[in-house]
Amino acid sequence: MDLSAINPILFVAGFFVAATPLIFAAIGELVVERTGVLNLGVEGMMIIGAICGFAVAVETGSPLLGFGAAAIGGAVLSLLFAFLTQVMLANQVASGLALTLFGLGFSALLGQSYVGVKPPRMADMNFGPLAEIPVIGPVFLSHDIIVYLGLALVACVWAVLKFTRAGLVLRAVGENHDAAHALGFKVKRIRTLAIMFGGACAGVGGAYISLIRVPQWTEGMTAGVGWIALALVVFASWKPFRLLLGAYLFGGLVQLQLNLQGAGVAIPVEYLAMSPYVITIVVLVFLSRSKSAAPGSLGRIFHASS
Amino acid sequence: MIALVKRPEPSRVFSLAAPVLAVLATMVFGGLLFAILGKDPLLAIKTIFWEPVFGEFAFFYRPQLLIKGAPLVLIAIGLSLGFKAGIWNIGAEGQYIMGALFGAGVGLAFYPAESALIFPLMVLAGALGGWLWAMIPAILKVRFGTNEILVSLMLVYVAEQFLASMSLGLMRSPEGMGFPGSRNLQQYASAHNADLITGSGMHWGVVAAFIAVIFAYVLMARHRLGFAIRVTGDAPRAAAFSGVNPARLVLFCLGTSGLLAGLAGMFEVSGPAGQVTIDFNVGYGFTAIIVAFLGRLHPVGILLAGGLMALTYIGGDIAQSKLGLPAAAIQVFQGMLLFFLLAFDLFTNYRLRFGRAEVV
Amino acid sequence: MTEPLLSLTSLTKAYPGVVANSDVSLSIAAGEVHALLGENGAGKSTLVKMIYGLVKPDSGQMRMNGQNYAPAEPRAARAAGVGMVFQHFSLFDAMSVAENIALGMENAPKLSALSAQISAVSETYGLPLSPDRIVGDLSAGERQRVEIIRCLLQEPKLLIMDEPTSVLTPQEVDILFKTLRKLSAEGTAILYISHKLEEIRTLCDSATILRLGKVVGHCTPRETTASEMAEMMVGKLLQAPTRAGQTAGDVVLGLTGLSAPAPNAFGMSLKEISLELRAGEVLGIGGVAGNGQDELLAALSGERPVAQGMISYKGEDIGPLGPTARRQRGLLSAPEERMGHAAAPDMTLTENAMLTGAAREGLEKRGFLDWPAATRFAERIIERFDVRTPGPTAAARSLSGGNLQKFVIGREVLQKPDVFVVNQPTWGVDASAAAAIRQALLDLAQNGAALVVISQDLDELMEISDRFAALNEGRLSVPRPAQGITVEEIGLMMGGAHGMEVAHV
Repeated sequence: MDLSAINPILFVAGFFVAATPLIFAAIGELVVERTGVLNLGVEGMMIIGAICGFAVAVETGSPLLGFGAAAIGGAVLSLLFAFLTQVMLANQVASGLALTLFGLGFSALLGQSYVGVKPPRMADMNFGPLAEIPVIGPVFLSHDIIVYLGLALVACVWAVLKFTRAGLVLRAVGENHDAAHALGFKVKRIRTLAIMFGGACAGVGGAYISLIRVPQWTEGMTAGVGWIALALVVFASWKPFRLLLGAYLFGGLVQLQLNLQGAGVAIPVEYLAMSPYVITIVVLVFLSRSKSAAPGSLGRIFHASS
Repeated sequence: MIALVKRPEPSRVFSLAAPVLAVLATMVFGGLLFAILGKDPLLAIKTIFWEPVFGEFAFFYRPQLLIKGAPLVLIAIGLSLGFKAGIWNIGAEGQYIMGALFGAGVGLAFYPAESALIFPLMVLAGALGGWLWAMIPAILKVRFGTNEILVSLMLVYVAEQFLASMSLGLMRSPEGMGFPGSRNLQQYASAHNADLITGSGMHWGVVAAFIAVIFAYVLMARHRLGFAIRVTGDAPRAAAFSGVNPARLVLFCLGTSGLLAGLAGMFEVSGPAGQVTIDFNVGYGFTAIIVAFLGRLHPVGILLAGGLMALTYIGGDIAQSKLGLPAAAIQVFQGMLLFFLLAFDLFTNYRLRFGRAEVV
Repeated sequence: MTEPLLSLTSLTKAYPGVVANSDVSLSIAAGEVHALLGENGAGKSTLVKMIYGLVKPDSGQMRMNGQNYAPAEPRAARAAGVGMVFQHFSLFDAMSVAENIALGMENAPKLSALSAQISAVSETYGLPLSPDRIVGDLSAGERQRVEIIRCLLQEPKLLIMDEPTSVLTPQEVDILFKTLRKLSAEGTAILYISHKLEEIRTLCDSATILRLGKVVGHCTPRETTASEMAEMMVGKLLQAPTRAGQTAGDVVLGLTGLSAPAPNAFGMSLKEISLELRAGEVLGIGGVAGNGQDELLAALSGERPVAQGMISYKGEDIGPLGPTARRQRGLLSAPEERMGHAAAPDMTLTENAMLTGAAREGLEKRGFLDWPAATRFAERIIERFDVRTPGPTAAARSLSGGNLQKFVIGREVLQKPDVFVVNQPTWGVDASAAAAIRQALLDLAQNGAALVVISQDLDELMEISDRFAALNEGRLSVPRPAQGITVEEIGLMMGGAHGMEVAHV
């Protein structure tokens, strides 16, 4: 094995690329869960976003349009979940699973003619002379715009939740939907909007995988990132900045594993490849104690009966 | 304006009608999907639902129904126990893989010795493999309160990697000329889960599935444990008040579902599949979730739903070869079924009232 | 006096199968404290929900300040100057007092400015409350203050109070009444909902009495006796439960230093509870909600077993035993929450009979359940306790509160417990069912069982207890003979005025 094959600067810069899909998917789900809805369909919405983004980017030649399409695709799929859980009052766990199963199938159907196609490349942001700064330049300022959008989104969600009335209402709905209803807030409308936001975010996250990180289309290519995003929300105790921290830690681990594979470490590839999932489980175990941080109405069905 | 009114009691009629309605709605919307794909919808639906049972080559497909249906029923029965109690094992796919690896591992370890004891040992090992894999989320949930949904699902990916490692390494056939995959157990008499009546598709896994259905039926209808499961699903606090130990219930439900999924994997690897390969698992563990819900988490319902889902698998294959219907279309079709079922389920507990909105 | 502040004319509201309000009319003048009196199910809640915009009347008219008033939603009602303090607080546990109050306001100022306003209002009206505290950590009385201050900040012209004193100690009730009188003097009208007659006689200027959705009378409470009002409210004179002379038997249940951690972030821990209970005796335990009642019941029922040596039953240490083992020995219980705790809502009465009856009624043999026997047991409960239901196959959730409560209590009583622990036996139950339940409890004691009755209804406790104790912050006061105990003494046992050190009088 040859650890010197790992370039530390590229290695650290890779954190951002590895973490971005997670950041998008997880921040969307965080907002959804803060309104008291548990959407286990993240994986399904991501993969739909991955193929929608991929297809549109290939057809139009514009990765940005692709990301836009991914957001729309994810949001449209999430409407199915919103319909089931908010209108038809279906069990959220089962509906989320249905969304994932459906999304995986539907994306495979949509993506048939895109297997093996190369997507257009996304340009990196141009920071001019700043990008020339040693270490900082290549590590922080060498990425595409989506990476920075992800960071901005996390900051936005944090600020909205903490400082605005909309954020206050959103948290209230998640905390106690009956009380929120009694105060006259439109629980279902707020939740549906949040679910759509979550869907759009997951879609963008998925498209980041198919357009930038891999970049190509294969069936089931999100490979559990959506589920890891769900775990990340628990890890973050439903707090945006802890989520960011978690995503980078996780991105770092994935990056390390890929680099070790590349460096030809004596551990078989399969065991390195299972490490992200094992680590997720370990992290979940350590963080399960702080259950009280979960929104009070999480996963409960709301029906205004009076 | 239409309003939803909660029924004073769950409707038994709708509880039975919802799956039927869901199947019909799926046929309509599935047909629409097939039409969009440029296929004749009626022909496609007929190919999927009619051909395997009554078509020209039904004699060939009917045994396939048992072969595809058995693992689905076996896994779904196990899942239904937990689902009824609000314990969500969605990692059956991983437990299925581990059952197959444990079962095949025992068989391969004895190769080439022949003994009547080898197959029963493999059955035990398969059950143990699935059970152990499910006990990981169970124990973590009981001990640390870890979410079993995420843990059991993560373990699917771990199991898949493990499967790859086994078929490339330890279990690779020495006579396989370097190709991944184990020896074929179908060619090893003591380890082969052969048809009990040649050509019938009736292997030990099918027998096990029927036993599981009967076992689950008696458990849910007559036994204290089944009652505990039902009460926990309806009202966890009432269950705790009545004396149900939630931790034990988690261990039992996850353990049993893992055990049954492991068995399904073992019967598959020693029978229809024959060998451990990288792509051994084909998603039964996930499809079984649909089967469990479609069967209303009721053993008899699951038996019927398992048959129906097996039908869509086989019919889907036929439609793929005859009509060029993409394989993914069938996956979408199955996903739709679950959607519609969940939607129609509303009417079990609520009814529609037409008139003025009464609640703002 | 010209036009009344609010007048209701012929309001009618029907739900499927039940007419909640039929042709209800009343009017309230500015500054008037108006009582709305009636039993559970008389239609008080529906009426105020219409005023507050939560429910739309089927017919009838409301006028406010001489103008048509038809709020489409609570927001509109609040904008028109109507504030409401709910019986079950619409509060968000994980949020601060200020955030909770901001949520209930249309144009909430910045949190810092709001905090200052909260402090000012709480000062003015003698309702101390820190804006930064997390609501989940507050006592029931303090939580009520959050609701009241939230309303007061809107400067309401009409304040609706739904059963406000059920969560207060007598001392806290006095303080609340001072606040309400001050408001009334400033011109705020108050619609005061209660079934506690003495309270209404002390506080209210006028009263409207509802029975089965209809107005059955108006009166001036100060000039009407409690029994006259009760008769209007109930429609018939109720028989008070009878109790023959009691002889205390042997000690059957002993608690020694019973302590248990809080079950969750906003629960209450039990601290060093000790008592002895004798056969044939009824121990009443009072206290404001949230002071350890649920936790005490869970510790006694075995739902949350405790350490060794804390609970002895007939000389046996049963602390670590679970519910089934305790039931087998004769220690039975009934928790406060009927739906979802004492009974499983979607299950049939037969299944609910099985829920706790399996061990003692022989409904289970080697793990297998005898459903026909369970059905017979359910039928016996239904018959003996006059449970109104089509039969044992009905789902628990289809029963009214009172009927389900009779079923739940009956299920335990028929199992002939030696010790019976019950929390809030008659909460939300109509008067005749409540009387039947109390009589059943007394009969049980008469036949030699020991009873622990936990309740927030002091009148009820005084009626049936031999000894009285109160829970306060998870501690139990020393039990005292119930005879001759005064309201002031009870209030002090309950902790006086929780968190009201400033307002001590």
